[in-house]
Amino acid sequence: MPRRIVIGIRGIGHRVIDSVWRLGRASRFFMLMLLKSTTSLRRFNLVIREIYFTGVLSLIIIVVSGLFVGMVLGLQGYETLQKYGSESAVGTLVALSLVRELGPVVAALLFASRAGSAITAEIGLMKATEQLAAMEMMAVDPIARVVAPRFWAGVISMPFLAAMFSTVGIFGGYLVTVVLIGVDEGSFWSQMQNTVDFRYDIVNGVIKTCVFGVAVTAIAVFEGYDAPPTAEGVSGATTRTVVTSSLAILGLDFILTAFMFRGMS
Amino acid sequence: MTSETLVEINDLNFSYGRHAILKGINMTMPRGKVIAIMGGSGCGKTTLLRLIGGAVAPSSGYVKIAGQVVHELSRDELFQMRRKMSMLFQFGALFTDLSVFDNVAFQMREHTNLPESLIRDLVLMKLNAVGLRGAHKLMPAELSGGMARRVALARSIALDPLLIMYDEPFTGLDPISLSVIGNLIRRLTDALGMTSIVVTHDVQESLKIVDYVYFISEGVIAAHGTPTEVRESIAPFVHQFVHGEEDGPVPFHYPAESYASDLRLRSSFA
Amino acid sequence: MQRTTMDLWVGLFVAAGIGALLVLALKVGNMGTYSAAQSYTLMGNFENIGGLKPRAPVKSAGVVVGRVVDIQFSPETFDAVVTMNVDSRYQFPKDTFASILTSGLLGEQYIGLAAGGDEIMLKNGDKIMKTNSAMVLEELIGRFLFNKASEGDSGKK
Repeated sequence: MPRRIVIGIRGIGHRVIDSVWRLGRASRFFMLMLLKSTTSLRRFNLVIREIYFTGVLSLIIIVVSGLFVGMVLGLQGYETLQKYGSESAVGTLVALSLVRELGPVVAALLFASRAGSAITAEIGLMKATEQLAAMEMMAVDPIARVVAPRFWAGVISMPFLAAMFSTVGIFGGYLVTVVLIGVDEGSFWSQMQNTVDFRYDIVNGVIKTCVFGVAVTAIAVFEGYDAPPTAEGVSGATTRTVVTSSLAILGLDFILTAFMFRGMS
Repeated sequence: MTSETLVEINDLNFSYGRHAILKGINMTMPRGKVIAIMGGSGCGKTTLLRLIGGAVAPSSGYVKIAGQVVHELSRDELFQMRRKMSMLFQFGALFTDLSVFDNVAFQMREHTNLPESLIRDLVLMKLNAVGLRGAHKLMPAELSGGMARRVALARSIALDPLLIMYDEPFTGLDPISLSVIGNLIRRLTDALGMTSIVVTHDVQESLKIVDYVYFISEGVIAAHGTPTEVRESIAPFVHQFVHGEEDGPVPFHYPAESYASDLRLRSSFA
Repeated sequence: MQRTTMDLWVGLFVAAGIGALLVLALKVGNMGTYSAAQSYTLMGNFENIGGLKPRAPVKSAGVVVGRVVDIQFSPETFDAVVTMNVDSRYQFPKDTFASILTSGLLGEQYIGLAAGGDEIMLKNGDKIMKTNSAMVLEELIGRFLFNKASEGDSGKK
């Protein structure tokens, strides 16, 4: 029995050491990628190509989910607020929840599972089929040519996607509460405009999405580049991308919120 | 074997941790020849290619290409050298997100400032050399294994390299594609005056096209010679390898205890 | 050929993203209401600010003319010092009355400015002298009961 415990503890220790090791490798990779980004940013059409794959192709899922999330928020908010006779505040509720939290977080989660996993799978497969090695042998740096453009495309796409998510969500809330339920349109917008602050709510929301964009794509490209070059390796890496980046989004969201809205109403 | 030496390998050792992969390899590869490196699976052939290409550094000894020691080069110098060599990977390693045309044009676009019209002509010439000019619009997913290998070959001669390394170019090909690739390697080597290093275990096909053969077994050069010498060799390993015999110096059985004791037969029976 | 359509899509994507950000900033947020305009600072001491918070609106005649930027407690006078930014387009006389009001029964609290009749206008950094504290429900009820009690007394006589 004690022997089994010793083995168990040893296993935990191994995993901890392993993950610290991995973290170090990830940081080194991240720095290397930033250093090599200059070339890929000079050839911006490479980044544009990747914006198409990460940003444009994620649009549909982002817009549709945003619409539904906004509609649900409107409905639930109305149900609760009308008990206190302040259903005109539903605009405020929808807008604040979307701009501050749900927009950045849900858009980033969707982005991680749609675009992040695709990036990991793509880079992992390129590694497994020796495309990265071939590129290296052709004297072309795969980090500069393959990894960095994908990273920057993700970082650029994320704030736009989150902004669209929030906008469409607010429109969804408007549809449900104003058009369907019949809350007064004027008070819906004016209450919203009175409480949503540009600096505190919208700018902070955009900062959040930028941070999430960096986190998700950095994790995605690292997992892809670090994946064992086999089919199982790539599929494992894809799963890890979604899990790790979802956890990273939620953790970062807490930290950022604590910093940004401390002392605020 | 009197022409100028392009690749010189001197007392090359390589090990992963304590596990020695290559032990004291010496080779000389002259310009304009096709050299085959043969050996069983996992004998370190691919590692040797990686050492020549500078992807890994040797534990001791050196690889010298055109007078430069590969593992002593800085990253920039190494990249400079790699523009003069190329490598054909086992399954071609075509870039799956680029068309056949763009794959062949890849290096020209990355490394030169040639105008697009000239690149177009060059790419079509390279593709014509492997007989796939008509396929330049296809995506790699639409190609058969043999065609993909030929496109990869066209891509590797894109910048007229001095040296091409082939990692198992014959694996998984039907007999027709196999001899097409074999003949292409020979023809392109002669036409472009380059040096080809073919790592393979396909004995019959490669003996038809190569100038010189090295056999590697357990990390050392077991034998070497011209194809005629090799065919007539009576060295037991070479004989087993060339003729594909099941048992010999390379045993059929993985080292094990005696059969009888493994099956727990009583000694009276054994 | 394929590259140009891709560029088009990316262009549309970026334009839609910027459009969404603009909608958020102008239609949803209050960027239109204050940050673009020039503003000046006014201060006022209040005995009790109730539930007033930073960023609460400053209204005059029901129109939002500025916002509360800061609320501090003054250890000298033992009351609250409220700093507010008021849009430069709106000038107020020196004897303007500032009171903390509540929109609706349980709504948010804001500062209401009631203009006086003075010729001299308030300048940047000036202090509003006439202030009226927030209504605190307990005090209101207390006052109401007290009034009732005194009414009862006078009725008896």
